Formats: sequence, structure tokens, C-alpha cells
Amino acid sequence: MASAEPLLLIEDLHVSVGDREILRGVDLAIGEGETHVLLGPNGTGKSTLLNTIIGLPNYRVTQGRIVFKGQDLSGLEIDERARLGIGIAFQRPPAVRGVRLRQMLDVAAGGKLPEETVVKLDEDLSLEYMLDREVNMGFSGGEAKRSEMAQLLVQEPDLALFDEPESGVDLDNIAVVGAAMNALLKGDGRVSERTRSGLIITHTGHILQYVNADIAHVLYEGHLACRGNPLDLIDEISRHGYDACVECAICQRL
Amino acid sequence: MPETVSTAAQQRLAEIREAAEKAIDKPATLGPDVDITRFRTVSEQDKIDSLASLEKQIKETVIHSGFVADESERSGSYFQMDRTPIYERVQNAFDNAIEIMSTQDALAKWPDEMLEKYWWRAVMPDKDKYTALVALHQTEGYFIRVKAGHKVEKPIQACLFVSESNVSQNVHNLIIVEDGAEANVITGCNVHVDVKEGLHAGISEFYVGKNAKLTFTMVHNWGEDFSVRPRTAVVVDDGGVYINNYVLLTPVKSIQSFPVAKLEGKGSTAVFNTIVYGLKKSIIDLGSEAQLIGEGSRSEAVARTVTLDESVVYSRGRLIGRTNDCKAHLDCRGIVQSSASTQWAIPDLVSEGAPGAELSHEAAISPIAAEEIYYLMTRGLPKDEAVSMITRGFVNIDIPGLPDVLRRQIDKALEETAKEAM
Ligand SMILES: Nc1ncnc2c1ncn2[C@@H]1O[C@H](COP(=O)(O)OP(=O)(O)OP(=O)(O)O)[C@@H](O)[C@H]1O
Ligand SMILES: [Mg+2]
Repeated sequence: MASAEPLLLIEDLHVSVGDREILRGVDLAIGEGETHVLLGPNGTGKSTLLNTIIGLPNYRVTQGRIVFKGQDLSGLEIDERARLGIGIAFQRPPAVRGVRLRQMLDVAAGGKLPEETVVKLDEDLSLEYMLDREVNMGFSGGEAKRSEMAQLLVQEPDLALFDEPESGVDLDNIAVVGAAMNALLKGDGRVSERTRSGLIITHTGHILQYVNADIAHVLYEGHLACRGNPLDLIDEISRHGYDACVECAICQRL
Repeated sequence: MPETVSTAAQQRLAEIREAAEKAIDKPATLGPDVDITRFRTVSEQDKIDSLASLEKQIKETVIHSGFVADESERSGSYFQMDRTPIYERVQNAFDNAIEIMSTQDALAKWPDEMLEKYWWRAVMPDKDKYTALVALHQTEGYFIRVKAGHKVEKPIQACLFVSESNVSQNVHNLIIVEDGAEANVITGCNVHVDVKEGLHAGISEFYVGKNAKLTFTMVHNWGEDFSVRPRTAVVVDDGGVYINNYVLLTPVKSIQSFPVAKLEGKGSTAVFNTIVYGLKKSIIDLGSEAQLIGEGSRSEAVARTVTLDESVVYSRGRLIGRTNDCKAHLDCRGIVQSSASTQWAIPDLVSEGAPGAELSHEAAISPIAAEEIYYLMTRGLPKDEAVSMITRGFVNIDIPGLPDVLRRQIDKALEETAKEAM
């Protein structure tokens, strides 16, 4: 693929859930090594966008397209998208009776994980009590987020989608989750060699104390209404709210 | 029968025979009727000196039901081929703790004790034509006794094997776990790969003494044309615990079984764990009954059923409360995976004049939630593998106290079934 082409390219995306059109013309390009932030009021369709990128069947694309690594994703199953290099940490992952977190990690790694790797993950994310429990079954909010991070870390996707990674997580654990996201996005840490990309949904921006993001977008009334520096935008929204934000001067209106 | 048999014993034997004769045409209340007159009884086979000398193919078959030729992981073994107990051995370390022999030998050795306390005391010979068949034309079966106070952790293994077609194997098994003793028995029932039609009628009477514990795990591995009619009853004394694990992962023509735990003792407990895959045209009618008779008795039954192909499965469970202080729960869940298969979940609770009895059930038949499948797919797993993994998780219930050896056996069997189902 040409180096100028973004890793993820979304053009004029319209998505319906049931009879309702939630997204009405989303345009977004995420380049290799870039981390973007997605802001927007509750219920505007932020999760809908992520779920559509990964290919959950309830989210019907009625217009537009999603291109990843130069390949149009329409018609690709969820697992095909995952194997192509897209990973997601869900806002509220479902509990799966009978499947343990340990097994999920093996699945995400594409084979049996070496015990050292599991031990390391456990140290980094304090998984101890969760590893042999059924995944997300009775996990606390923070536990579920750490479990999602562990799965993404072993999956090593080229594009990681994080749906509110810090919501419901206490301050200590935000640092833990943030460190995991950082490790995932930065790889071995050399900025020049950053190749992984991320898209992070956040309301508070707390996670941005741990993860460097390049740009933020505001999803408003079905499309990305404006974009700008992530911390500036969050600051503006916290002062004046979303309605004012999409009209304000600090962001780049689209 | 030795000549020393007392008149009382002889009289009892005559009574059993008489009752059975009257019931030989009596159909069972559940399950498709089997024409028992079509089968001849199984034949004699040669004894062997060591399990290692079993035919390779037989070894490979029986391993699916947890029977291993390497006895270092076992405290004792019983192997019956057709009608002959070809191998019976207790490992030296357990010589004082365990007795293993055929039930015919046990009856010959201790006729009065057997007849008075155990032989046809928990199961009635005139229950139906299958009990009658065994009473009249018995072809051995195993006798296992664990002596008082001996807690034997290493499993005792028993295998009932059928190598011929068009026969009926009519076994009568006895397990006695005396007061304060503990035992783990793994039994496998298998047929030779070449065997076509046949019938296995098996009477099992188990006696769990005071504060004794019996974990009985049965992995069935019959043929597609085989009919199976076990008749099992377990009597549990004060503080005794009976755990029944049943696994059926291969096709069968029909099987109908409804083991009964008679919790006569104070504070006695029975637990039934059942894992069933309905495959091909199998007709499977399984259940368990707990009779809560002794004060403080408890029971729990957990069943997981998956039906595929054209199988029909009945998953029954009955709890009978007969004492005020008793508590029992049934939990049966099923997944119907083929539109040509049928599944019934039939929980059944009875309180017979026991106002304080607490009996409850949860029964559900429902598919795997789509969002769970999608979740696994987001980690890169193809849909069919995701379904198989969740299904395996669904049936692979946590069986508390299940020894690792058995856990591994069941995991392995499930693994293989999942592979074959792919
Ligand atoms: N599977 C679904 N079934 C029905 N409605 C849905 C589904 N998914 C999303 N919606 C609806 O689409 C709209 C957008 O939801 P979405 O979850 O994308 O919002 P969000 O921006 O992520 O909100 P929040 O900040 O609260 O997480 C909501 O009205 C929601 O109820
Ligand atoms: Mg959301």
C-alpha cells in the first residue's frame, strides 16, 4: 500500500441500528502510528462507530465505506477483520459462561500462550483472580477493563479501538490501564518506529494523562462535527458543553 | 453356588427368580421398548494376565471412557469382556482396603451377607423386563468393596466391554463403600468398533455407609446400534455422600436410565452431574431421582445437554422430599444445535408430606447468545470455532471434587467430540 494512504479510512459512513439511522456521514482517516480520540455526548453513536468498524452484525452500513490497509471491509466477518489487524476493547463486554479469561487470552494470541507471558500479563494488570474465572462473569467494572486490555495486549492489533477504557476504573487502575494502552500503541517505545494506531472513546480525558493522542474528533448529530487538540477540546467541552464546542473557535470545523 | 447356602438364602433366590419370571415381558415406563428376545447372551472369553495384553484397538477404545492399561494411576481394575471377567486386580498397596471380583464370585463367597444386605435390595428384579432379564440370565458384573475407614483416592476402574454383535450383556454390579471409607470409581462401557446391534442391561446397586463417600463416574461409549438400559439405585447412610458423574459423548441407538439415590441417612447427600451430547439418531432418556428421606438430606443435580443431528434427548430430574428438613436443587440447561433434533427438559418436584422441604429447579433450553459468539470472533476466532468453544464451555461444568484424572479424561473426550463435530 502507498505510504500516504491512511491505515483506516472512513468515507461518508451511514449506519443504522434497527430502523434508526445513528451515523449520518462520518469521515475519518487514521494514519499509521496515530492515536485519535473520539468525543461526543451520550447516545450519539461513538460505540456504534467502533462496533461498525469491527463488524458487529447489528450495525448496518447503509452508505459509505470503511477501508483498512487498503481493503474495503464490507463483507468481511468480525474474525476476518480481527485477523487483518483490528482489535477492540469493549465498553461493556459480554459474560461468556464456560469460557475462562485464560482461554480468551489464548484465543486472542492465536494459540496457547507461554506461561511466562501469562505471568507477565498478570503482574502488569493484576489478573490473578480473573484468569481462571469465566470471562466477564461477575467481573467488576475495573476488572472487565483490565481483562479487555490483557486480551488486546496479546492480540497486538495494528489498530486498537478503545471504548471508554477508563470509565468505572479507579485512579490507581487508570494508571494500569493507561500503561497497557501505551505499551500496545507504542510497541517498544521508540516513537520513530510507532506503527500501531488507536482510536479512543473518552468522556473525561483522564486516560490522556497516560496515553498521547494526536487529535480528537467530536461526534455530534451523526457525524464528526469538529476536530482539534484533544486536551483543548475536552477543556472547552467541560466549560461550555458540546453545543458550544461545535460552534467554537478553537476547533477546526468540518 | 456353594452347598453351604442357608435355606433362607435359597428361599430368597427363589423369590427373586419368581418375581423376575413374572416381569420378563413388562415394558419399562420410559424409553423405546427393546425386543429382548432377539439377542443371545454374550459368550465366554479368555482371561488375561495383564491389561497390557489387551488388543491395541480395545485399549484405544476403552481409554475414551477413562480406562487405562497403565495401572499406576489406579488402585484397582476390573475388566469384563462379554460375559467373562478377564481381569481383576487390586494394586498391592490397597490389598487391605479394596475387594474386586465378579458379583457371581462375591455371591458364592458370602451368599448370606450378599442376599440379606445387598443383592436385589436397592433395585427390584420385577421393575421391568430389563431387570428381569438380568435376574434370570445374568452375565456377571463387578463387585467392588472398600473396607471401613479406608479413603482410597486413586480411582478404581471398571470396564464392561462387548465384542460381539447381536448379544445382550446382562450385568449386575455392586459397590459397597463401608462406614468412613471413600472411593472413586470410574466405569466405562464400551463396544468393539465392529459391533453392530446389541443390548446392555445393567443393574447397579451401590451402598454408601455412614460418613462414607463414593464418587462414581461413568463414561458411556456405545455403538450407534446399541440399546442400553441401566437400572441403578444407591442407598446412602448417615452423613454419606454419593456423587454421580455421567458423560455420554458418542452416538447410541437408545439409552434410558433413571438412577435413584435413596438418601436414607441423616445428613446424607447425593449429587448428579450429567453431560450429554445427542448425536446422529440417538434416543437418550436420562434423569435422576433423589429421595430425601433422612433428616438434613441434600441433593443437587446439574445436567448439560447438547443435541445435534437427529437426536432426541429427554433430560429428567426428580426430587422427592419426604422429610421436613431437606433441600434439593435441579439445574438442567440445554442447547439444541440442529433443527432436526429434539430436546425435553422435565424437572419434577414432589413433597410427600414434608412441609419444610425446599425443592427447586432451573430448566432452560436456549441457544448460545449471539453476542458471546461475536465477542470471541473479535479476538480472531472463526464463527464455527467460537460456537464450539462456547458449547464446550457450556457442557464442561465445574464438578467440585472431581479428581484431576477424571477432569482430564472428560476434557479430552469433549475435545475429541468437538473436533469431530467440526
Ligand atoms: N445494539 C443496539 N440495539 C439498539 N439500539 C442501539 C444498539 N446499539 C446502539 N443503539 C442506539 O444507538 C444510539 C447510539 O448508541 P451508542 O452506544 O453508539 O452511543 P455512545 O455515543 O457510545 O453513547 P455513550 O457515551 O453513552 O456510550 C443510542 O440511542 C443507542 O440506544
Ligand atoms: Mg458508548
